[in-house]
Amino acid sequence: MTAPREFHVVNHSVPRGDGIAKVTGSAMYASDMVVDHMAWAKVLRSPFARAQILSIDALQAKRAPGVIDILTGDTLAGLSPYYGHGVKDHPLLAIGQVRFVGEPVAAVIAEDELAAQEALGEIFVEYGELTPVLDVDSALAQGAPLVHEKDYADGAFRGFNDFPGAAGNICQAVHVEWGDADAALASAAHVVEGEFYFPMVYAYAMEPYVAIADYNPRGRLTVYSSAQHPFMVRHDLASVFGLPLNSVRVIVPYVGGGYGSKSYTKIEPLVAACSWKAGRPVKLQLSVEEAFLTTRGDDARVRIRTAVDAQGRLVARQATIHMNTGAYAENSPMVCRKASNRIIGPYRIPNVKIDCLAVYTNTVPASSYRGLGAAQVTFPGESQMEELAEKLGCDPVEFRLQNLAESGESIHPGMRPIDADVPGDVREAARLLHAGRPLAPGHGRSVCCSCSDAGAHPVTLAMVQVYADGSVSVLSGSTEIGQGSHTVLAQIAAEEMGIPFEKVRLVGGDTAVTLFERSTGASRTTTLMGRAVLEACREAIAQCKTMAADVWGVPAELLIEERGGVRCADTRLTWFEILERYFQMEGCSIIGRAYLRKAGDLDLIPVFWEIGVVGAEIALDRETGKISLDTLVTIGDVGLAINPAMTEGQDLGAATMGLGAGLFEELIYDGQQLINGTMLEYRVPRFSDLAPNIRMKLVQNRDGVGPYGAKGGGEGAVNPISPCMANALYQATGARIRTLPLTPERVWKALQCVKSQQVKTKAPAGA
Amino acid sequence: MNIAFTLNEKPASIEIEPRETLAEVLRLRCRLTGVKISCESQVCGSCTVLVDALPVSGCTYLAYEVRGKCVTTIEGLADEAGCLHPLQQAFLDQFAFQCGFCTPGMILAAKAFLDEKLHDRRDEKAAEPRQITDAEIIEHMNGNLCRCTGYLPILKAIRQAVTQLQRLGEQS
Repeated sequence: MTAPREFHVVNHSVPRGDGIAKVTGSAMYASDMVVDHMAWAKVLRSPFARAQILSIDALQAKRAPGVIDILTGDTLAGLSPYYGHGVKDHPLLAIGQVRFVGEPVAAVIAEDELAAQEALGEIFVEYGELTPVLDVDSALAQGAPLVHEKDYADGAFRGFNDFPGAAGNICQAVHVEWGDADAALASAAHVVEGEFYFPMVYAYAMEPYVAIADYNPRGRLTVYSSAQHPFMVRHDLASVFGLPLNSVRVIVPYVGGGYGSKSYTKIEPLVAACSWKAGRPVKLQLSVEEAFLTTRGDDARVRIRTAVDAQGRLVARQATIHMNTGAYAENSPMVCRKASNRIIGPYRIPNVKIDCLAVYTNTVPASSYRGLGAAQVTFPGESQMEELAEKLGCDPVEFRLQNLAESGESIHPGMRPIDADVPGDVREAARLLHAGRPLAPGHGRSVCCSCSDAGAHPVTLAMVQVYADGSVSVLSGSTEIGQGSHTVLAQIAAEEMGIPFEKVRLVGGDTAVTLFERSTGASRTTTLMGRAVLEACREAIAQCKTMAADVWGVPAELLIEERGGVRCADTRLTWFEILERYFQMEGCSIIGRAYLRKAGDLDLIPVFWEIGVVGAEIALDRETGKISLDTLVTIGDVGLAINPAMTEGQDLGAATMGLGAGLFEELIYDGQQLINGTMLEYRVPRFSDLAPNIRMKLVQNRDGVGPYGAKGGGEGAVNPISPCMANALYQATGARIRTLPLTPERVWKALQCVKSQQVKTKAPAGA
Repeated sequence: MNIAFTLNEKPASIEIEPRETLAEVLRLRCRLTGVKISCESQVCGSCTVLVDALPVSGCTYLAYEVRGKCVTTIEGLADEAGCLHPLQQAFLDQFAFQCGFCTPGMILAAKAFLDEKLHDRRDEKAAEPRQITDAEIIEHMNGNLCRCTGYLPILKAIRQAVTQLQRLGEQS
């Protein structure tokens, strides 16, 4: 905990730095951009889940009006067409074989979008259909066809390529174990066991994937993209085209939503290859229907057992998690790894045995999705906490409190001890949820929590440029995806430099301008980039102090730092006056910089524990099985909220996204075909799903490694909401549902089951 | 073909293909990129623009249909001096957006609703001043999706704008 400090800019809800641009329509997104001499691409997609490409006849398409060129998998000579940060299994266009319905098979490059679209019908592909593997069980069956029949090179990022090679259709296997779970389960007072299913979901970032690429034959590549992680995209592009990093420039303007779905490389290598082929800048704008066929979240089947002793102490958790990774690895190996850690929750459990498989199938590739594996495993974990509380005959909140790790307590051997007050958070959520109100008929309540090893791998570099006129620029490689990084980082710089927020400008979204930032995800930006910006400001200030000592001709030790400047005896200079005097020239600027890496207090993983604590009261319509949210409680245990309004906004947004997967979101396959891949059929939360009662609370104990003790947020509340609703449904009706989403149909059926069991149990007594 | 209409209170005359949608014409020919395209099926509301003060989905509305009509996009909301419309200010004040992709459509859908409701109220001066309820706002805004905010900040922004527009209405 840090000493109290008066804050001038941080911990205040200053208006968003990107606000005016976004409310006036002047904010530019990659989909809004055009460049001179630009051509357009459209993609021909596979109609089969698994097939050989026997031939592609594109002659007629190439002669179609307006068509410039056609790109196919057999016209990529000279490129290294496979990419991927974990494993390079993903060809930028199908090569010889297709692996899911919707996989890009060819691209038409034309003068305009319509010409490209029309020419797609003139490409004739002959396929040799193969038996696909469409779900995890058939992919794991003995003698199952292989989604990938060869081994691929590892992705080259340090900290990534530590995924053990797996066999068959197993993309990734993770084993987490401590204690002796089997023995503890055998001797426990109570054991609950169940099989749970978390659905395949689509993030629906409202701006679909888009990129403009300009490949210059003299060996330069510029790409405008809606990517969350521009530096990861740069790496993959450099690898595909054999270019040095300084020759690949990735520019990311405002991004219309990400939620993980725009993590890592998506369509950029394909668009860049189109530009390489056509000798022109090329834009590819996917439709939402195509975005459905680009990335989804991993669905997961979890077989899980949790055990307690007679005193109600958790003694063991054992689980087997099967995740459906789809046709390419993307980030699923990491989802698999994280799910294996996150299934523990924020509890002390002495005996743990978790096996998680990420399994290739011939479906749309799965990758990062907000929460990264946590929602899939929090649903079973927190459902079982409620089941155990019932077996023990105790209050579920009290049962959790008995088992929650305290701040400073270690729950995962070798990992950072818990840096949050989870028991306090849960108590507060329960207080806000119940608030002395009686429970109406058909209503149920529950408080659930999750605990995620967040922050990803800490490599974050930042610069601040301090100008002699009193303004400051922050040069940050974090992407503004709506989470508010541009505002929060500017607040931190303003706080440190002692200047008003309006004097700070964010410069970012361009790999040629800023230093490296590994990613914008895992809730890391405030914690890592925020801290890097703070340290860069401190470094600039240290330079200013040396200059002040020179200007005044006094030893630096005599200088006293004050907010915004330095004092020596009765004389005071601001940082900016120091620069002016030192350089004797107007318009100068200096650079302060910071390089964060996995060292010092960032050596212990995770960077921080992201806690999700949610309370929910549902209202059930028994006639239809429709659940609506009556009350939502969120607790944001964020160390320090740099911008409280935006932090609460993250909690509510995350909870609402979780509500979608909990109640109605699910991608549905009928055989090979995704059948509800349009916004007409895929139902996301609407205005009318808003809970009438919303209570949000921020907990600010300054216990994180980020600036001023801050920690990240934005992914916690997505995880516990679905078990909250399932538990609340059980409380209201006695129906325990272990498959999401809790659609009216599923709930109604479960209610009929409960009813018929009640009839059965009553029958003998009456007979 | 050529179409003439009023675009953000200025006369416009534009050469179009008959098949082009209003969203395409506004984005590509007029470079008014505040009009966003997402679902392309009238589900999400991000392409909402006003045609004669009524909200339409620009993604499925032929540009041809606006001949002689008045089109308002988000770019036409702030006044000449750059002074924000009360709804724009309210969205800023209430943090009613994150990524901002739904925001132009959200603001325009809300504007159509408020213009209609507040106008109704002015017409019925003698009657009891009609309050605009949350339920009415939610019902009207249900055709606009936002994936970031969880909607509450948008509801708060619309409430704030209602209060301010009512105050302005009373003054005028």
